[in-house]
Order: sequence, then C-alpha cells, then structure tokens
Amino acid sequence: MTIFGIPIFPDQASTFAKDVDTLYFFILTVCSFFALTVAILVVYFGLRYRRKREGQTGARIEGSLPLELMWSVIPTVIAMVMFGWGASVFYHLRRPPDDAMHIYAVGKQWMWKFQHLEGQREINELHIPAGRPIKVTVSSEDVLHSLYFPSFRTKIDAIPGRYTELWFEASKPGTYHIFCAEYCGTNHAGMIGSVTVLEPQAYQAWLQGGGEGGTMAERGARLFEQHACNSCHLDSGQGRGPSLKNIVGTTVELTDGNTAVVDDAYLRESILTSQAKIVKGFQPLMPTFQGLISEENLLALIEHVKSMSPQASTASGQPAGATPSPNAPKPPARPGEKKQ
Amino acid sequence: MLDKLRIPERHYLHEGHSLRSWLLTKDHKRIAIMYLMSISVMFFIGGLFAVGIRFELATPQGDFVTADTYNKFFTMHGIIMVFFFLIPSIPAVLGNFLIPPMIGARDLAFPRINLLSLYIYWIGGIFTIYAMITGGVDTGWTFYTPYSAAGSNSHVIPVALGIFIAGFSSILTGLNFIVTIHRMRAPGMTWFRLPLFVWAHYATSLVQVLGTPVIAITIVMLFVERAFGFGIFDPARGGDPVLFQHLFWFYSHPAVYIMILPALGVTSELVSTFSKKTIFGYSFVAFSSLAIAIFGFIVWAHHMFVAGISTYSAMVFSFLSFSVAIPSAVKVFNWTATLYKGAVSFETPMLYAYGFIGLFAIGGLTGLFLATLGLDIHVHDTYFVVAHFHYIMVGGAIMGYLGGLHFWWPKITGRMYNNFFSKVSAIMVFVGFNITFFPQFVVGYLGMPRRYHSYPDEMQVLNVMSSAGATVLGLGYVLPVIYFLLSLRRGRVAGPNPWGASGLEWQTQSPPLTENFVEIPIVTGEPYEYDHVPAKESHLV
Repeated sequence: MTIFGIPIFPDQASTFAKDVDTLYFFILTVCSFFALTVAILVVYFGLRYRRKREGQTGARIEGSLPLELMWSVIPTVIAMVMFGWGASVFYHLRRPPDDAMHIYAVGKQWMWKFQHLEGQREINELHIPAGRPIKVTVSSEDVLHSLYFPSFRTKIDAIPGRYTELWFEASKPGTYHIFCAEYCGTNHAGMIGSVTVLEPQAYQAWLQGGGEGGTMAERGARLFEQHACNSCHLDSGQGRGPSLKNIVGTTVELTDGNTAVVDDAYLRESILTSQAKIVKGFQPLMPTFQGLISEENLLALIEHVKSMSPQASTASGQPAGATPSPNAPKPPARPGEKKQ
Repeated sequence: MLDKLRIPERHYLHEGHSLRSWLLTKDHKRIAIMYLMSISVMFFIGGLFAVGIRFELATPQGDFVTADTYNKFFTMHGIIMVFFFLIPSIPAVLGNFLIPPMIGARDLAFPRINLLSLYIYWIGGIFTIYAMITGGVDTGWTFYTPYSAAGSNSHVIPVALGIFIAGFSSILTGLNFIVTIHRMRAPGMTWFRLPLFVWAHYATSLVQVLGTPVIAITIVMLFVERAFGFGIFDPARGGDPVLFQHLFWFYSHPAVYIMILPALGVTSELVSTFSKKTIFGYSFVAFSSLAIAIFGFIVWAHHMFVAGISTYSAMVFSFLSFSVAIPSAVKVFNWTATLYKGAVSFETPMLYAYGFIGLFAIGGLTGLFLATLGLDIHVHDTYFVVAHFHYIMVGGAIMGYLGGLHFWWPKITGRMYNNFFSKVSAIMVFVGFNITFFPQFVVGYLGMPRRYHSYPDEMQVLNVMSSAGATVLGLGYVLPVIYFLLSLRRGRVAGPNPWGASGLEWQTQSPPLTENFVEIPIVTGEPYEYDHVPAKESHLV
C-alpha cells in the first residue's frame, strides 16, 4: 500500500501476512477507539469545565466503584481476546507443517548463507517456490542475528550453538527484503538480502541451474569421509562408534543412564562436543570438532546422517538425501491457497 | 496575606554559598539540585547522540558517519538516556526534593546516604564518559552476548562498570525513600493521605531495590565473561547466550517502570491540582502503581519472543504482559474522570500533563500490539518497538519530568518562569515528539529493523519526517533551559503556593527552609482538598 508513491504498508506475500495484518487492524481499531475516547473526553472536560474565576474549586467527587470495576473488567476482557487471538496466530506461526520443504540458513557477520537440500547454496539471496510451506532451520556462526522476512511477517533469531526454525508459505511471486533484525556489530545494516519467490515451475528451472557438488546430503557424505567419521561409525554397528543407520528420531541410552532423542540438536552436540553424551556400550574416543567445522558443513553432515534414516526423515517431510527429483515435484498448491 | 510577595530571607539556597557547602551538604534539596544539574548535562550529551542518529538517518545511505560510529551513537544514546538520565530523573531530582516536604519531614531518613548516592552516580557517570571519550562502545544499550562478550572491540567493560556503579546510586535512593516513607511521615499523614506522587515513588523504590541488584550481577557475569573468558554465555563451552537476555531483562523491563511510575505520580498531582478537584479513585490510582511495579517483574521474556524461547513460555509471558496494561489503563481513566466537573486551568504544567496523557496512552496501547504474540513476531526489533518505547520513555517519562519541573520550579527556586515561552515549549515538545516518533510506527510495520545505519530507499520519506520532527522536539527541549535560567534572576516571585495546590510542600515557604518546616505540620485533612486552600492572587500576568 502506498500514499503518493511512498510505501506505508508492507507487501502481503505469505499466507500468514493476512492473518497477522487482520490481527493488526483489529488491535489498531480497538486501540484507536480507546485513544480517541480518552482524547475527546480529556479535551471536552478541559474546555467544558474550564476554571471561570480565581478560587473556584471542582465538584467533590471521590470516585465510583462501579466505574472502576467497569474500566478494569472491560479492558481485561478485551486484552484476553487480543491475547487469545495473538497466541493462536503465533501457534500457527511456530508449527511448520510436516510436508514443509526444508532450507537451512546460517547467519554470519554480515551475511546470510542459505542451503537447499538439492545442493544450491546462496548468499544474501534466497529462491523459493510460491505456494509451498517452507521450513527454515537457522543457526549462527558467531553472534546473534535474526532472520527477518517482513513481507512474510515472520522472523526468528539465529543463535550460536542452537537451531531455531521458522516457516512460511509464500503466496505471491516477487522479490522481497530479507533483513537481519538482531544487532550484530559493525555492518548489521548491511546484512540484508532478498528473497525471490518463484512460480513452482520457475523454481524447478532455477534448481536445475545451479548446485555444484550434488545435494546437501551428498556433500555431507563427502565430509563424512573427509573427517574420517566413517572409520568408526560403521553401518554394521561393529565400529568403535555406534552405527548411524536409522537412528534419527530414535531414543538412545547413554552411559550415564539417561536417554536422549536423536534430533538435530543432539547430532550437533555429538559432533561438536562429542564427550557430552556417550551412547551406552561405547568408549569416549571421539575427538571434538568444536571450531573445526563450519556451521554450514555441520548442517550438511547432519543432513547426511538424516539421509541414513530414510523412514525418520520421510516423516519430517522432505526425503532428505534422496534427491527430491525435480521431475516429479509435489503438486504445488496455488499461490495464496491456504493449507490446512 | 502579603501585599507583595518577596523571596524569604532565609532558605536552603542561602545556607552557604561555597562549593564546600554544596559538596558536603546533607540537605535533600541541595542534593536534588546537584542531581538536576548532573542529569541535565547527561541529557544534553545523550541528546547530541540522538542528533547524530537522526542526521544519519535523513538519507538511506550511511553517509554522515561510518557504521561503527553510528553504532556507537545509538549505543551511547541509549546508555546515557536510560541509566544516567531517565532512571535518576524524577526520583533523584523531584522525589529527592519533594518527598520530605510532601510527607511533612525535615529530610530523608538517611541524608548522608543520599549524598553518597549522588557521589556514586558521579563515579558511574565518569566511567561512562571516560569510555565515551576514549572510543565509546558499540554493543547497543542491551549488551547482548555473545557480541558484547567476544565480538565487540569497543570499551564494553568501563561502560558496563559505570552502569554497575550507578546502579548502587539507584538502590540507595530507593532504600532511602522506602525508609523515609515508612518512618518519617508527619503526625496524621496516614498511608491513604499520602500524595499519589509519594505512592508512585514508593512503588518505584521497590523496583529499584529489588531489581537493580540483578543487573549488577548480570554485569559482573558479563565482566568475567569478557575479561577472563568464563564461558557463562558461550555455547562452545556449554554456556547460553540467551541466558544473558533473561538476566538483563529481569532488571531492564522493571527499569521501564522505574522511569514511568514517577511520571505517573507527577501526572496525578498535576491533573488534580489544575482541575482543583480531588483525584478520582485515589486508592485505585495508588494501588495501580504497586500493581504495575509487581507485574513489571513477571513479564520480562516478552523481549524474547523471537529469541528461541518455547512456544508455551512465550504464551505465558504474553498473557502476563497484558496484565500490566490494566493498571495503566485504570490510571488514565481515573485522570480523565478527575477532570469531570473540575475547575480546569491550562497552566504550563497542565499542558505537560495533557501531553503526557496523550503520549502515554499511545505508548501504552502500542504495548498491546507488542504483547500480542502473533504480531510481535513481525514488529519485534523494528522501529515499531523504537517508537513504542520512546512514547513511553520520552513521551511519558520526560513529559512527566518536565511537567513536574514546571510545576515545582516556583517551589524549588521561589520564582516563576516565563509563562508564554513555557507554553510554547510544551506545545513544541508535544508536536515535535509526535512528528518524530509517529512515522516510526509506520516504518516499523513496513519492516525497518532498529539499529540500522542505512536502510532501503523506499523508507526515506518517513525517516525524513522523523528527523524533521526531532528538530522541533530538540528546540522544545532547549527553550526551558533558557527561560528557567532567566527566571532565576528575573522571574516574578512565586510565593509559597502559586498554583493553589493542596500538598504539604506548598504550605511552607518557597524556596523552603533547610529544615523544610518551622514546625512539623499535623495533618488533619484528606489529600487533594482544595476547599480549604486559600485563594491566592494569581501569579498570571
């Protein structure tokens, strides 16, 4: 929306955008009503009861319990409506659908690096198809960042040492801003980029275009060999480290008697600080890789491990590792069409 | 009474003119004056940084200063304004000066500790100014780790220590007020006869005493992290960078109430005095201050909705955040109702009170947008937030401070300032403020992140509006400095009670005696009774 050519309202380019904006206009209406009511009353009372002569005093009115209750209870009820509505939008924003397409993002002073499972890697640019839910797993190489898509009305902080995620479904092809919303040092304002939403066919064509070095999982597989992971983690289970086949999503028993669910965070920890959790029946022999492996490569490695658990990864949507063949794309939802 | 008002022969300002008589004073009023001068200097420095920020943002390219310099500008602006101006502003100046006479006491409970708090404030300020001169700091006033611990090359430690030290000044002031309000009230001054200004300061003091130690601990943790590499906030060594945010906001959210609660108290005084009517719903207004102070402690994680906290804890904190809105709304409604059938006059302080109500209402209501989870995700860390908290902290707290200063200036100095220019200034501040900060809501919803040295071209018009408004606002702030200073020599003598106000502080001479009262008054009436206040010759020309 523009006035005299000046944009005053961001593009609505995701399925959320409408939900968030509707909520925004609801609150804006309610708040404008209250602000105007107070403003009108204050000005009206001020003029109507203006002091006419020196020494005049106001009426003796000390208060009114019914009024106090009224203007405590009514705002409380309205606030609860806002809370409930906001919470439900938020809940939706925080729950990626199971069939979401997966993209990885790493924030680094001062750029955004994106990796597609198919192998394409981009810096400060992101290409995605319209009409398909997309889940972005975010991490940081150094300090805090925040991956922000204003036209999709969503953001999430990139936190070193952790994975966070957001999801959206772009509804309108076009090019939109990507910002870093969490202050990250000198060139924070330069940590911006653009997301290009393509029609699904155009996206498939774009996918064909790039991606040297195979898919993310294939790159992970090469790293798996380079770092000699494969010398201990044998598929047979006879190696010095546990077999990684079909472990994603399972619960493993640890030497200290606890258990752990094998997910991204667990895999990450096991690679970087390998001594933290030792699977029962194994010796703490694995070297730590903290500082020796970049966030991006770490994600590729994890992707490779996931590809060794085809069942688990199917559940999480994208058949990780198995090339999501561009020739047989899922029937894409039409832009703007709402899922669920 | 008097045919012609004269400044009394004996008063606190005449009690010695040497520097020594000031630096070693135990008089709460003189300490307040020294605080006033100190925070005015800090406000001026903080304001200069704001000028730099608005100058840079007049164009989309980062062309006025380098990115590093810009980052230092907004960091130093925030640190100085928050820790060295807003937090001490109303409590240390107006609270310090007025709480004893308002409750019928001769001084605070611990006059020496009061002086100590000023010295501690100065030491903290010196650390910060030292760091500023030697290069400044660029972490943002929030000092988020890991950037502040490992990333930044700037003077994080001296500035953090400056804040650490100044925090003790705040704790001591709060402690002093609590004890004073409990123990030093004049005979007959029951809790429910206290002026609402005092209630607000009581609530503020609780926050100062309970909250400030947490920021002190947090700063110590940041210090050992940065200086010795403890790894508390370093994920590579099992630490958690987000832990810092929890600790930081556990203080810094309640700190917002340290800034705004006293301004709410001032507004209650102004609205009642200038409508010559008792405050509507006294006990609701009084207890709403306490409610805000208490709820303020349990909402901190609403600063972290996108920082990877769990969905359910985000919901809990969103819910609690709405709870703060209710007592704030109750206050606004009660002020409105106070005007009803009042005898309203629009003296300069009342103009500020009106401005305050308007800006505080907008600031408070936009807080609802941010407490709403689904919306906050979009506007978090954008200019929407910047606009919101400036509406509260500048529109609210500084309007309240200036309103209070204009209201009590004749009490503090015994003289009136220029009536016309003070009204011009009040209107300029209100108009300039809105032109500056309202466009920031729009540009924030458009997606402009905060702390950006450069920004996309299409956002320029709104930013230029902000910068233009800031010019008006800045002039509105400079004007009072001129007419206040001029009033010291030329101002008309105000007399003890130029506004016909009801508080005890108006029953003593202006400027007050060092001991405030010749005889400690005995309170027999309720607060805000104007029927008994003798009609005075108007000070108005």
